[in-house]
Amino acid sequence: MNRIDVVSRRGFLGTVFSAGAFVLGAQILPEDALADGTSGAPAWQPTVYLGLEPDGRVIITAHRSEMGTGIRTALPMVLADELDVDWKKVTIAQAIGDKKYGDQNTDGSTSIRSFYDIMRQSGATARLMLERAAAQQWGVPASQCKARDGQVTAGSHKASYGELAALAAKQPVPKKEELKYKTPAEFKYIGKGVPITDQPDIVAGKAVFGLDARVPGMVYASIEHAPVFGGTVRSVDDSEARKVRGVQRVERIAAFKPPYAFQPLGGVAVIADNTWAAMQGRKKLKVNWDLGANTAYDSTSYKKSLFETVRKPQKVARNVGDVDAEFAKGGTIHEAEYYAPMLSHAPMEPVNAVAEFKDGKVTAWAPTQNPQAVQDTVAQALGIKSQDVTCHVTLLGGGFGRKSKPDYVAEAALLSKQVGKPVQVVWSREDDIQFDFFHAVAAMYMKASVDAKGRPTAWLQRCAFPPIESQNDVTARYGGFEQGMGWSDVPFDIPHQRAENGPAEAHVRIGWLRSVANIYHAFAVQSFADELAAAANRDRVEYLLDLVGKPRTLDVQSIPPNTPGYALDTGRARKVIEAVADKSGWARKKSGPGHGYGLAFHRSFQTYVAAVVEVEIDSKGAVRIPRVDYAVDTGLVVHPDRVISQFEGAAVFGAGLALMGEITAQNGRIQQSNYHNYPVARINEAPREVHVHLMQNDAPPAGVGEPGVPPMAPALCNAIFAATGKRIRELPIKKTKLV
Amino acid sequence: MAEIKFNVNGKPQAVNVSPAMPLLWVLRDTLGMTGTKFGCGMALCGACTVHLNGQAIRSCITPVSSIAGKNITTIEGLSPDSTHAVQRAWLENDVPQCGYCQSGQIMAAASLLAKKSKPSDADIDEVMKGNLCRCGTYQGIRAAIHRASEILTASNGAANKGGVA
Repeated sequence: MNRIDVVSRRGFLGTVFSAGAFVLGAQILPEDALADGTSGAPAWQPTVYLGLEPDGRVIITAHRSEMGTGIRTALPMVLADELDVDWKKVTIAQAIGDKKYGDQNTDGSTSIRSFYDIMRQSGATARLMLERAAAQQWGVPASQCKARDGQVTAGSHKASYGELAALAAKQPVPKKEELKYKTPAEFKYIGKGVPITDQPDIVAGKAVFGLDARVPGMVYASIEHAPVFGGTVRSVDDSEARKVRGVQRVERIAAFKPPYAFQPLGGVAVIADNTWAAMQGRKKLKVNWDLGANTAYDSTSYKKSLFETVRKPQKVARNVGDVDAEFAKGGTIHEAEYYAPMLSHAPMEPVNAVAEFKDGKVTAWAPTQNPQAVQDTVAQALGIKSQDVTCHVTLLGGGFGRKSKPDYVAEAALLSKQVGKPVQVVWSREDDIQFDFFHAVAAMYMKASVDAKGRPTAWLQRCAFPPIESQNDVTARYGGFEQGMGWSDVPFDIPHQRAENGPAEAHVRIGWLRSVANIYHAFAVQSFADELAAAANRDRVEYLLDLVGKPRTLDVQSIPPNTPGYALDTGRARKVIEAVADKSGWARKKSGPGHGYGLAFHRSFQTYVAAVVEVEIDSKGAVRIPRVDYAVDTGLVVHPDRVISQFEGAAVFGAGLALMGEITAQNGRIQQSNYHNYPVARINEAPREVHVHLMQNDAPPAGVGEPGVPPMAPALCNAIFAATGKRIRELPIKKTKLV
Repeated sequence: MAEIKFNVNGKPQAVNVSPAMPLLWVLRDTLGMTGTKFGCGMALCGACTVHLNGQAIRSCITPVSSIAGKNITTIEGLSPDSTHAVQRAWLENDVPQCGYCQSGQIMAAASLLAKKSKPSDADIDEVMKGNLCRCGTYQGIRAAIHRASEILTASNGAANKGGVA
C-alpha cells in the first residue's frame, strides 16, 4: 500500500526547491507496518519528490543511480507523463542518499519494477490536487477542471501549474482510490521515450562522474591493499615513498573485521598533490605483509574440489517427483559437467570517491549504486551516525554491481579524517581487478534420462560456488538467493526434477555481477538442453519448446529473488522462443562447418529472453559473431530505446565474458591485473549486429539491465557446437581450441 | 623546476610538475579538465584519448615533457558547442550508455574521420578497437561514425558548392 503526503519543504528538500514550491512527497508505507500498528516514523519511507515552482519549472528528483541504463531519465519521465507536463520544463535533481526516498540501491534490475507505480501515483496525485486548487480558486466544481499539459482549464478559466502551486499545496492529499490515471492511449512519454538527459554533457566532456568530483583543498590517495584477501600490515617502510615529488603523507587503514561486508580492506595509503604522485609514491612503499589464511587459494585445485562436490549428492534446492527412481529404471542416461570461472566487473571507471570529514560529519561524492549503504558503511567505519553522512551521487562510469559495495567511500572518509582535508581515493585498474568483489566461480553437474524421442524423463542438476552470503557470514557455504537465479526455477516440464547445491568456501570477496548466478546456471542448463537435443537430433527450437511444455503458471514467487506478482508463465517463455526463431529466420538458416546458429532461453529478473547467436569460426579457430537476435518479454516497456540499448550492451558484455573472461588465483593472489590479461570485448570482437525484438505486453514492468546477459554464453556455445561439433563445457571459450 | 609550456584547446598552459607526469593527470588534476578519463594507465582502453597536433594519442602514457610546445585538443575543445560532426552523430544515435569511455571514443573517431572521411567497417575496427566500452555501445559507435562521415561529406559538399558559386 502506498500513501502520499504533502511534506514540509524545509524538512525534506533542503535547497532543491524555492520557498514557494509545491512539493509532493510520495511515501511507501509497508502494509505490515500499518497492520501491526507498532511502527512509528521509521516505517514511513518516502520514495520520490516532485516540486512545482511558481515560475512553472517542474523539478523531479531522481533517487536511483545513473550508470548507463537511462534510469535517471526514465523514472522522472514516468512521473512527468502522469502529471502531464512538457518534458522540456522538467529539471532532474539527483537525490543524495537518504532512507526517506525508499530503496535507492540501483541493483537487481529493480528500478522500474519497484517505482513505476509510485511515480505514476505521484503524478496523478499532484494533477488532482492542482485541479482541486483551481476549483477552489475559480469557485467551480473540481470535476470541470482539467489538468493537461502544464495548465488547468475550466471553461474560460485557465492557470498554469506554477500559478496554482501554492494553493495546490494546501489541498488535502487525495486518497489513492480518488486518483484517476491516464490510459495507455493518453501516454505522451511512457512507451515512447524522451532524450536521455545526460547525453549532451557526455559528448561535450562535461558530465561529472565520481572521478571528476572536485572539492577545494582536496588531496589524492592511492592505496596498497594486501595482495592476499585477509592479509594485514606487519610493518611499513615509507621513507622512499615520502621522497616522491608531490607526496604529502602516508597513512594506514586498519584491516576489516570479519565478516568483511562492505568494510574497507585495509592497507597503506599514499596521499599526494595529484593522483599520479600518489600512485608513484605507492610504488616505493615497502610493506611487510602478514598474508593471512588464504595463501593456499589456487584456482586449479579449487576447481577440482568444486567438481568433487558436485559429483556427490548435495543439499536439495528443489525437488519434483523422484529422480533417483527414474534413473534406476535404466535406459538412456546423459551426463555433463560445466565450469564457469571467477569474473571481475571492470567498469571503465575504476572505483573512487571524494570524502570530507569535518566537525564530526562526512560529506562524500561518489559513483555509487547504493548511497544509503555509503551512509551506513562510512558511519560504521568512523563510528558516527548514518544521518551524519551526506552522500552526493555522481554519474557512474559503469557499475555492474561493483559500485553497490561502498568500501572505497569508507576509505576516502577514513583518510579525510586522518589528514584533515577532503580526500579523493582513486583505485588503479590493477586495484579494481585484483581487489574486486568477484563474481563466483562455479561448477555444475547435470544428468538426465531420456525417452525414445530424447525427451527427459528425469533431470538432475548440482552446482557449487562460493556464496555471496560469505560477505556477511564467514561460515556461509551454500547459495542463498543465487538458487532463485535460474536454478530452483528452471521452467521445464519434466516429471522428475531435482536441483541441488553443494558447499564451497570463499577465499576472496564475493559479489554480484550483472545477472549474477544466472550466468553460470543458464550456461549449464541451456547448454545441457542443447546437448540432449543434439543427441536426439532434434531441431533446437522445437526441442526447447517441448522442454518448456504447455503454457502454464509456475509458482516461483516465493523463491528469492523472484518477487510476488511475477509468476513464471511458460506461455510467455514459449512466445519469446517462437519470436526469436521467427525474427532470426531460424527455419531458413542452416549451420554448417565454420558457421553455426545457437539458441538459448533464460528468464531472469522476471524478464523472458530468448537469444539466437550466429557464429563464424575461421581456419585458425577465431570466433566472430555477425549477429545476435533477442526476443524479450519484459512486460510494459517505459523507454524502448534504452531497453534496446541495454540488450545490445548485454550481448557484448555476455559474449565478452563467455569468450575471454577469466579471473584466477594462485597462492591467494589474483593473477590478472589489467585489460591485457583480463580482456573485455573490443569493437572487432563484439557481436556485429544485435537485433532486439520487444514483445508487446502490458504485464507489470520487469528487469532490463541484466536479463540479456545469461542467455549469451549458452547460445554462443551452442552455436559453436553447431559450427564445429565441439561442445564447450568450460568458460571462457578461448581455453578450447576450436580448430 | 622549469615550467612546461603547451597549448590545450588553443589556450597556452604552463605547468610546474614532474616532467614524467602523464598528460592525463596534468589535464585532470593540475588543469582541472576532467573530460579526459582514466581507465587503465597502460594505453589499453583508450578512455584517455586526446589529440596531439590532430593525431589521437593516449594521454595516460604520454609524459607531459614530451608535449612541450605542442597543441593538445581534448574533448572540451573538440568544438565549442558540441557541433563537431562526431558529437552531432553521437547525439543523433544516442550512443552513450554510462558515457565514461565516450570522450575517448569521440576523440578517436574524430581522428579517424580526419584521416579517412569515409571509413569502412574494417577501418573502424582497426582504429576503434583501441577504445574499450564495458557497456557495449559498439554498434551505436559504428553507426554514429558512418553518420558523422555523412555529415562531414554533406558539409564539405556544401562548402565546395559555396566555393564554386
